[in-house]
Amino acid sequence: MATITLTVSKEPKLYLEADNITPDVFAGKSLDELRALHVFMGKDQFTLGDYFTIEGATGDVAADTKIVVNGDTTKVKYFGMKMSAGEVVVNSNVDMYAGAWMTGGKITVNGDADSFTGLAMKGGELNINGNVRDYLGAAYRGDWRGMMGGTIRVSGNAGSDIGQFMRGGTIIVEGNTDVHVGTHGEGGTIIIKGDAKSRVGGQMVKGEIYVFGDIEVMMPGFQYRNDVDLEIDGVSGKFALYEGDMGERHPTRKGVTTYGQLYMKY
Amino acid sequence: MAEYLIKNGFVFDPITGINGDKADIAIKGGKIVSSSELTKATEIDASGMTVMAGGVDVHAHVAGPKVNVGRNFRPEDKLFGATPKSKFERMGAGFSVPTTFRTAYIYAKMGYGFGIEAAMPPLYARHTHEEMRDTPIIDQGALPVFGNNWFVLEYLKNHEIENTAAYIAWLLRMTKGFGIKNVNPGGTEAWAWGMNCVEITDKVPYFDISPAQIVKGLIEANEYLRLPHCMHIHGNKLGEPGNYETTIDTLKLAEGIKANNDFGREQVLHNTHLQFHSYGGENYSSKGFRSASKEVMKYVNSVDNITFDTGIVTLDETTTMTADGPFEHHLSHMNNLKWANTDVELETAAGVVPFIYGKNTFIAVAQWAVGIELALLCNDAMRCHITTDAPNAGPLFRYPRVWSWLLSAKARDDLLADAKYGEKVRNACYIGELDREYTLMDLAKSTRAGPAKALGLSHMFGGLANGLEGDVVVYPFNPETQSLSNDYMDVEKAFSNCKYMVKGGELIVKDGEIISNGNKRTFWVNAKTNENKDVAHDITEKFKRYYTVTENNYEVNEKHFVANPYVIEVDATQ
Repeated sequence: MATITLTVSKEPKLYLEADNITPDVFAGKSLDELRALHVFMGKDQFTLGDYFTIEGATGDVAADTKIVVNGDTTKVKYFGMKMSAGEVVVNSNVDMYAGAWMTGGKITVNGDADSFTGLAMKGGELNINGNVRDYLGAAYRGDWRGMMGGTIRVSGNAGSDIGQFMRGGTIIVEGNTDVHVGTHGEGGTIIIKGDAKSRVGGQMVKGEIYVFGDIEVMMPGFQYRNDVDLEIDGVSGKFALYEGDMGERHPTRKGVTTYGQLYMKY
Repeated sequence: MAEYLIKNGFVFDPITGINGDKADIAIKGGKIVSSSELTKATEIDASGMTVMAGGVDVHAHVAGPKVNVGRNFRPEDKLFGATPKSKFERMGAGFSVPTTFRTAYIYAKMGYGFGIEAAMPPLYARHTHEEMRDTPIIDQGALPVFGNNWFVLEYLKNHEIENTAAYIAWLLRMTKGFGIKNVNPGGTEAWAWGMNCVEITDKVPYFDISPAQIVKGLIEANEYLRLPHCMHIHGNKLGEPGNYETTIDTLKLAEGIKANNDFGREQVLHNTHLQFHSYGGENYSSKGFRSASKEVMKYVNSVDNITFDTGIVTLDETTTMTADGPFEHHLSHMNNLKWANTDVELETAAGVVPFIYGKNTFIAVAQWAVGIELALLCNDAMRCHITTDAPNAGPLFRYPRVWSWLLSAKARDDLLADAKYGEKVRNACYIGELDREYTLMDLAKSTRAGPAKALGLSHMFGGLANGLEGDVVVYPFNPETQSLSNDYMDVEKAFSNCKYMVKGGELIVKDGEIISNGNKRTFWVNAKTNENKDVAHDITEKFKRYYTVTENNYEVNEKHFVANPYVIEVDATQ
């Protein structure tokens, strides 16, 4: 796999929209072509070369291209947006929309990520070695199609509204989350290894949420069913299974009624 | 004003009868003239290209409160599709519910010069006009909705045609409306009581009037007023399998009523988006659904006082919006997506729901087939107007794709071969047995001359005869070297983005780019009636007792709200 390295050469005054930093766009391009790719700051257009020094080489296709980003990218949005293959490693914090709409490949952020990380993600692997803010793996504003596939792993804490309108894939948060987890969920798996605040699984129709720690305030629309022994992400234990949200519709398929499932670890 | 000579194009125009022959079209003073009248014309080389009159759209939802609700509650409709502003174009966004400016550019690039906004809630007429004012280039008119209006229900219960007509004339004047729209007659009002009218004999609660009485009464009032357009109906039971009988019953209500107007209109009823009203069977499954396009078209072909538009499904993700409130509620429970709803006081209601016509579902492709069949089975293209009921059955910019399906049997076969349930659709519908292909002359009839005539505007639009408006479009399609049947993708491309478009004598599109925002006009109808003290009294009473606005705050002030008003005067005092 060919590696290309971007190093921040100038700190953006405002927030930089760098939706071109993906293996799909980079693949097969020369260094000069890469430097000429556009970035936006507000309504003004600049080039990637204005803000980054670029070294190394790209592969012929996205799958053979690895992008490494060094320097402070706290104010850079859209890393790996819509990427389908290849790898992106960012050794810094990132702003919003990292890995949004990605369908494949791997992104690693060695730092914190802002909101809308992995938005409407369809596939691939997204690792945040730090904390994330709100709307992790959620749906775009107004849309009913949240995360559909792939895996997101957060080593720290997550903000509110993670997995909103989630339909598939897996979100693993090693730390705690804020309010609203899996709201309007219609599939997929959310694993919270720490505590969750409240409104977990609200308006959930389908899907699974596992909470290893405590839920501060439980949704009234979930009913206790039974205890089960499970191994979840390498951790074995006894879980209490709740089903809900009872206030929502309950689709029936081949005689089986579907509910959202909330597992609380003892 | 500039003069233009559009030279050497292949001209298709049912009004002059030019059918694909090379001809020059001259424009001077905003009108079509004979080329001998030109003095210093700019020449436009149309050689190797198709030339037609500007398109006329009889039915689309492009401006007004429910369109704006669609925009507001579907931010995802604008995702990734925005275009930045250029020298002449404002920024545009929206796939199924575009911004007003994008709507204008879409129309212009497809070669349209006139469009009807299909449903204007009278109370929100100001909003509708504000949006039309911000839709440049094309001329527009809007149809206020009447089929669930308390005045109309009360007058027609006793068959008071004169009073109904006086009220309609007043409302057209107040709202600067163009004609009479009638959506789910009685049903939308019944829904305020938690009910609906699914058959034309069902009674509206409290008002004790049936849809049949409303439809017939509105047709009679329309002809009493001698309006340019006829009564424009979206009938009861829209979208329900087995609804075709209700549709035919509704169409039969026009029997024996003759058109009465000075505009050359011959029909008294326009059934909009007939596709949604031509279903057989009892449910939406491949076993339970069948097309009833043949049954409906057998009736339509047997009479001469009905026009219709198709409302063809384009198999896209779109946004449905209609004054048929109960239908939208029903729809939102079928697809479990978001739903917006409004009740408009004494007048109407509306609902908005996003909808995906999936190419890999049986029912969406069957609906597509029903719409196509109606157009192919109609033996008079002048009475069959091609629409998508935009955005209900598909986005506005998809018109050219719809045309390509009508012009090419191969396009239809390829679509069915590619669709997961293509064979099942062939079995449940008539699409497989229809090999008719529209000619460009048919297309000119069904998208220009026909709608212009139905709207009572054939003295201005729809053709290329001398004296008509200078609305001319040049499409980069060569009917001599390219095949409508085989090159259907090129057809869609060429008709989506015309080479030149002249609107009212002004060059709007040049080399496929917008170069002017034109001089948009808003058409409305001012019908003079005899003084009617009873109706005037009723209006004052209703405003005092029920409306949330006063009578004085109801009127759409022409000066403030209406862009370049073009008033059609009608005298109904005799």
